[in-house]
Amino acid sequence: MSDVVEKTLTALPSLLSLDSQPGSAKLSSTSKLGTLIRGITELTSKHEEEKLIQRELASIKEQVSSPNTSMRQMKELMVRAIYCEMLGYEASFSYIHAIKLAQQGTALEKRVGYLAVSLFLNESHELLLLLVNTVLKDLQSTNLIEVCMALTVVSQMFPKDMIPAILPLVEEKLTHPKEIIRRKAVLALYKFYLIAPNQVQHIHNKFRKALCDKDPGVMTASLHIYLQMITENPEGYKDLAACFVTILKQVVGGKLPMDFNYHSVPAPWLQIQLLRILSLLGKNDQSASEIMYEVLDESLRRAEMNHNITYAILYECVKCIYTIHPKSELLEKAAKCIGNFVLSPKINLKYLGLKALTYVVQQDPKLALQHQMTIIECLDHPDLIIKREVLELLFRITNAQNVTVIVEKMLEFLSISKDDYTTIDLVGKVAELAEKYAPDNEWFIETMNTVFSLGGDTMQPDIPNNFLKLLSEGFDSVEEDRKLRLFAVDSYVSLLQGEPGKLPQRFLQVISWVLGEYSHLMEELEPAAVLRLLAKLLDMKHTSSETKSWVLIAMTKLCEGGAGVSVAQEVCETYSSSMDTVLRQRAQELQYLSHNSELRAKVLPRDAHMEPLEVDSSLSFLDGFVSEALAAGAAPYKPPHQRQEELAQAKALSLEPYSLSLPISMSSCSIADRQSPTLLSISSGLSGDSTDISHKGGSTTLNLDGVKRVWGREGYLAHKEPVEETAQVEVPSPVQSPSQQKEADSSHSQTQTPIPTPEPEQEKKQLASSLFVGLSSQSSACLMGKSEPTPQRFRRKAKGQGSSAGVSEQIPNSLVTSPSTVDNLLCNNLLDSNIASETDVSSPKQTSQLAQGLTTANGTCDVEGELTDSNIKGTKPSLIRDNGMVAADPAPHKDPDGPKDSYLSSHLPAELSGLSCSEITPLCCNQSLDLSACHVQKEDSLVLVVFMTNSSDSDIQQILLQFDSEELEVSCVSDSPVEEVRSHSVAVCQYSLTVKRPSVHVEVAGSVSFHVPVGIPQAVQFSYKLPLTNFVRPLAVSTEEYGTMWLAFSHDTKQNLRLINDVQEPLTATLNVLKKKLQLHVVEIIGMEGIVACRLLRDQPCLMHCRVHADTLAVWLRSPVPDLPDCLLYHCQRALQEH
Amino acid sequence: MQFMLLFSRQGKLRLQKWYVPLSDKEKKKITRELVQTVLARKPKMCSFLEWRDLKVVYKRYASLYFCCAIEDQDNELITLEIIHRYVELLDKYFGSVCELDIIFNFEKAYFILDEFLLGGEAQETSKKNVLKAIEQADLLQENIDFQTRLFSGTVCKNLARPCCSVRAVPLEVDSPPPPAETTQQQQQYLKRHKHIIDIEVAGLFFCFISTLTLICPM
Repeated sequence: MSDVVEKTLTALPSLLSLDSQPGSAKLSSTSKLGTLIRGITELTSKHEEEKLIQRELASIKEQVSSPNTSMRQMKELMVRAIYCEMLGYEASFSYIHAIKLAQQGTALEKRVGYLAVSLFLNESHELLLLLVNTVLKDLQSTNLIEVCMALTVVSQMFPKDMIPAILPLVEEKLTHPKEIIRRKAVLALYKFYLIAPNQVQHIHNKFRKALCDKDPGVMTASLHIYLQMITENPEGYKDLAACFVTILKQVVGGKLPMDFNYHSVPAPWLQIQLLRILSLLGKNDQSASEIMYEVLDESLRRAEMNHNITYAILYECVKCIYTIHPKSELLEKAAKCIGNFVLSPKINLKYLGLKALTYVVQQDPKLALQHQMTIIECLDHPDLIIKREVLELLFRITNAQNVTVIVEKMLEFLSISKDDYTTIDLVGKVAELAEKYAPDNEWFIETMNTVFSLGGDTMQPDIPNNFLKLLSEGFDSVEEDRKLRLFAVDSYVSLLQGEPGKLPQRFLQVISWVLGEYSHLMEELEPAAVLRLLAKLLDMKHTSSETKSWVLIAMTKLCEGGAGVSVAQEVCETYSSSMDTVLRQRAQELQYLSHNSELRAKVLPRDAHMEPLEVDSSLSFLDGFVSEALAAGAAPYKPPHQRQEELAQAKALSLEPYSLSLPISMSSCSIADRQSPTLLSISSGLSGDSTDISHKGGSTTLNLDGVKRVWGREGYLAHKEPVEETAQVEVPSPVQSPSQQKEADSSHSQTQTPIPTPEPEQEKKQLASSLFVGLSSQSSACLMGKSEPTPQRFRRKAKGQGSSAGVSEQIPNSLVTSPSTVDNLLCNNLLDSNIASETDVSSPKQTSQLAQGLTTANGTCDVEGELTDSNIKGTKPSLIRDNGMVAADPAPHKDPDGPKDSYLSSHLPAELSGLSCSEITPLCCNQSLDLSACHVQKEDSLVLVVFMTNSSDSDIQQILLQFDSEELEVSCVSDSPVEEVRSHSVAVCQYSLTVKRPSVHVEVAGSVSFHVPVGIPQAVQFSYKLPLTNFVRPLAVSTEEYGTMWLAFSHDTKQNLRLINDVQEPLTATLNVLKKKLQLHVVEIIGMEGIVACRLLRDQPCLMHCRVHADTLAVWLRSPVPDLPDCLLYHCQRALQEH
Repeated sequence: MQFMLLFSRQGKLRLQKWYVPLSDKEKKKITRELVQTVLARKPKMCSFLEWRDLKVVYKRYASLYFCCAIEDQDNELITLEIIHRYVELLDKYFGSVCELDIIFNFEKAYFILDEFLLGGEAQETSKKNVLKAIEQADLLQENIDFQTRLFSGTVCKNLARPCCSVRAVPLEVDSPPPPAETTQQQQQYLKRHKHIIDIEVAGLFFCFISTLTLICPM
């Protein structure tokens, strides 16, 4: 027995020591996962592995769905399922079980459940909705680990729509005593900010609190949010610059706990984050930059250790220094840093050095010059990444003098690179450089040839487009144009005589277009010879049908003379029976025009110069035909999207609420019969113009200015699908013409000629001198090749944008305008009858008026329209006369602070006094002039009332008030603005505001300049901010109209809002709150659903559909205006919160 | 950061974490191509790649490649250090970590990653804090694990690493912590886990005594 005891006791320590190693304790070889993994590693073929995994998955599937599987076993199964997914086998059946595990398991099983969820699903997966409740529960748990897990999963993925459900709980966690919870909560909010910024708008002040958290980890986490917000809006956070500088100073000074050190560098992640923020804040801002100089200097000085992490900080510092307002001392140090990087033997640092150099080279060209030998060496580096970076750098310093060498280097790289992305990028750059700096025609054409052959069919379609445009538009000198075109023709003919089979399709298209257009310039060239060359292209196996149709068009342009016609005839015979309808059409055209040279000259005039082609994009010449057809009972034209919509409605269940219930057959009845406006009559109104601008506008406006002929094929190039055949085409060597050879010799690039130089060093130096030629010879002004005005050889003639661009603007969106007419009409009536301040009126009378209004909008009863027009005219001027400006006498006693408001409000124009008016807020003040303002909501406008108080003893003259706003349009209500304010008096001006671009809060910035009798003219700036709600007005529509509009609006947002629960009818109560606070119009409430409508002054409607869902209100907003739903949603949220 | 991949020299994926929503198909495609590209690079080459429209930072530790795709404005060097810090964390947690540890305990590796990086951003850069968070969660687990292990009678069997055709080569963490610190850390660990060990010892005795009573009733 004692033996047994002894053995056990001796076994104990080894057991304990094993356990003291945390990792090994968990390697349970007996587990099924272990068996699986071992099984897989023993296999030899992919096929066997597949079989094994399929077996495994089948067994997992069986077990997870069995009701007897305990959560503990489930956890084990999930781990195996994750493993199978990682190997690339789908295990989607387990997703739902992962969610279940997260929901029902104990803390540990939960952990695996959450992990599985976060690995299996992504943000948009629908199953994620099932996780919401679990997360909600865990966030409220008392177990810290569960809260942590919930926050971890939330910060990785969460359905956007469900954020409001958990937002309050996450916010609450910001004040949690445990720092790990606070930290995770901050990161969760960061995630929310990224996916739905408008939903966390109201907690910005809490972010500030997180920034000031006593735990450095929480503070670091909050910087992610700040970095994001500052990237989007650097102006809004200038006040924090000093704060960030202080933090950085403390970090650099080693004030943080040692835990945050990384290889004895204090909190490098934090430092880098701060440096990035600072560079954003200091960009173009001298005063903000000035407070950073000291700490940047300190950072540079401290980061001297030889370790990657210090280099990381240095790199960020350098970037920051070059981004913010420059300071010469710092720039010098930064330049030295970059030098160290570039010269470093470590390849990673070299790469970053080159990158930094690329970044700064436009500011500091001399730096590139200093390192020219290193750069040259890097050009021959075996690592393509380094080479690529050097080319990027060279691209930035290209000018007219070094372009040939740099482009040559780029093309060299292109011929060895196999990566499509690099090719596309570089090809674009070469084309750009060639176009900008080409020294002569030959070089340009040769380079473009290489670009086309190397770029193949993957390159950006605008490269060939631009090239053809350049050729066709020509330059200032006719002779020059001719030469360029001639050379292009010459070079293409010789290419076609060679081996055209290897050229990419795009290039063949370019070639055939150029030959078709310009081969006549070459007199010694027979058109028939060209035709034969082109016909050869048609016979090639790899030519795509698109290229073929280009070729056929080119042939159509060229077929003349006996030989030509016979070639054309042959081709026609083959293709007029082609299965491809486009080809067949082209062949028919060719056949017809080859016989009728008169017609051909008319349709395809040679030398059609740049007279802009008149294109009637609205096809108005067909109007007569259309109206005839309509009269004969034809169905009005419907744009495809509408047809589709109706088709979908006819076939499937309607998923859209309030869809149009009109049967399609009704569309055939004539427009005149229609009393009530519907989508149909509107669309037929559009078809009166017989065009669907929104559809065709893109294609017509896009390419017009390059188009010369009606049937020119080039118009299709911009939006054609990339050609299917992406067969790699070998690089044909560009044809060397004698003139080019000469050019190369005369130029500085001796390296081009393959003379074996004995000293490679010598060669490099020469290369350097040719590469950096523009840099060394002249000052930096010349170096900035990009801004250099002169060397751009191929400048396009300035051309007016195609006339059709205007057309699309002119087409009014009748759907949107119609309600506005109604509103104007209504409001005028209301104003007339003095019910001005009551906003939410909806009576039967109104509805009938509305119906009338809408018909007016549609133009069927013009008489009434005019009537109301004259009504408006009749009432408005009188209002304006009264409103315009009121110069009031000074009040007898004026207290500086409190009563000022009431004092000022007594100056409020009489006609505004009954209306709801905001508090009067001071805008700015000066020793002589005080500016205050308030806004008054009128029925059809929002009036900004500005009070100018002259508190000095002298009169103020030549007052000029100016406003500027991105979101608002400001117009003066009175005809003559206030120009002077007498001493101790108040002048009032009114401005009417309308929204240009909706935003949650809109702001007007303004400035006032004025003259005081003695002294210099003065100017003061101010800004006035107000929430969007001020511009919201009810929109009285009927349910049917609502339905029509709903379908027509394209921008929408969905979200859940809080429902007011403590009353009998929660929906009605909630909507009433919204109605009261936001001036919405409740159209109808049916059971658990309600529809609400409003408009933004003047004519921007927004519709809202609400449905009660458990204890939340699911709302869906739609509007034709992009940002409006989001903004309105925000205000609804606020309104309900405040309630 | 957009995603992180761990794969072996043979191109086998060992860990993947995606911070941008992509479809499974895209993920597979990216993984396949990126793994190929990285494996084709020579050891002396630059650790940074401009691959497609992504910036990729990778580093090799023994037989494992760690590979991160980052945003355009992100700092490449600090990303290298993120990788290194992650390896350090793994090393400390598993105790001289090797590829096998990660294969057999990939869920643990994920847990550590989640504590270190959250939503693609460095969440906690203090090594101590990360490990603390992991251990707190593990503590619960070990407790339960231990009980089940104990009473299912598998207590002393096969606790060592399972054998497998993948070699157990420790990932070389460039600067291994000085030995003094290690022992200190072990002691700390022991101290922290003392109550578990106590339970364990008590349990063993219990087990032992009950066996005794079974074998030879005194």
